[in-house]
Amino acid sequence: MERSDTELIAAVLKGDASSFEPLVEKYSPRLFATARRYARRESEVEDIVQEIWLKAFHKLASFRGDAPFEHWLMRLAVRTCYDFLRGHQRNRESNFTDITEPESDWLERFVAQPESASEDVDAAKQLVARLLEQLSPPARLVITLLEIEDRPVKEIARLTGWSVPLVKVRAFRARAEMKKVLARLAREKYL
Amino acid sequence: MNLELLRKKLLAAARGNPPTDRVPYAFEKRILARLQGQTRLDLSDLWAHALWRAVAPCVGVALVIGAWSFVALNDAAISQTMAVTENQDLSQHFEQVMLADVGEPNEEIR
Repeated sequence: MERSDTELIAAVLKGDASSFEPLVEKYSPRLFATARRYARRESEVEDIVQEIWLKAFHKLASFRGDAPFEHWLMRLAVRTCYDFLRGHQRNRESNFTDITEPESDWLERFVAQPESASEDVDAAKQLVARLLEQLSPPARLVITLLEIEDRPVKEIARLTGWSVPLVKVRAFRARAEMKKVLARLAREKYL
Repeated sequence: MNLELLRKKLLAAARGNPPTDRVPYAFEKRILARLQGQTRLDLSDLWAHALWRAVAPCVGVALVIGAWSFVALNDAAISQTMAVTENQDLSQHFEQVMLADVGEPNEEIR
């Protein structure tokens, strides 16, 4: 009979490390999907998820059980992804001269007929990934959680450990930052 | 270019394209192997932690002993100086006593 998360956690805390495996099997898909929002290379994605599980194992005694284990784990996951973004800030002020031909064509179609430019195209997906990479870590995190994953502000506050007012301030700044990046794209492409 | 519309279109593209939740082959086994390896290393980890915790008290003790030695040395130096001064008084006094019989400066020697 399948053991519940609570039973598995209790067994791990008593010293049975093998009881951790069912938890890893159950929640890894969700963690991989989350990590892939913040890292492009598969090696980095796997490193992030490994780190999340190692932290979860070592901090398991701090799980109080007043909320589902998944919520506690996702909070750990979001913070680990944020640490990854902060640790891997490359030169974000890169220009858009290296955008691919499909991306460029998509932008041309958007300029010509904005309403007809489809979002369901690889080029649009690549463009948005490029755009997100240009944002600062807090901006990228809040845009991903708020505008892409459609999470409420209170949940974002709980996941990140930020206060609700701080989430709102960061969301405001993130949108402004996105507009700046898009304005730079428009200038470089069309001027 | 309508930047706000462009922003919304691109975000809609991101929303419509959630990342895959594929887990690499044998990932769970690798995690467990790593955790079990870490558990075995715990004893050395405990020892290392104990050593680090001992650093602050050891530094404190070293500072106390150093300060006490410094004060003790200073006291010894002062005592030695006073002893030299006393000795000089004693030797001068001895000289005066021993040579007191040599005579008055104006006395004629026959």
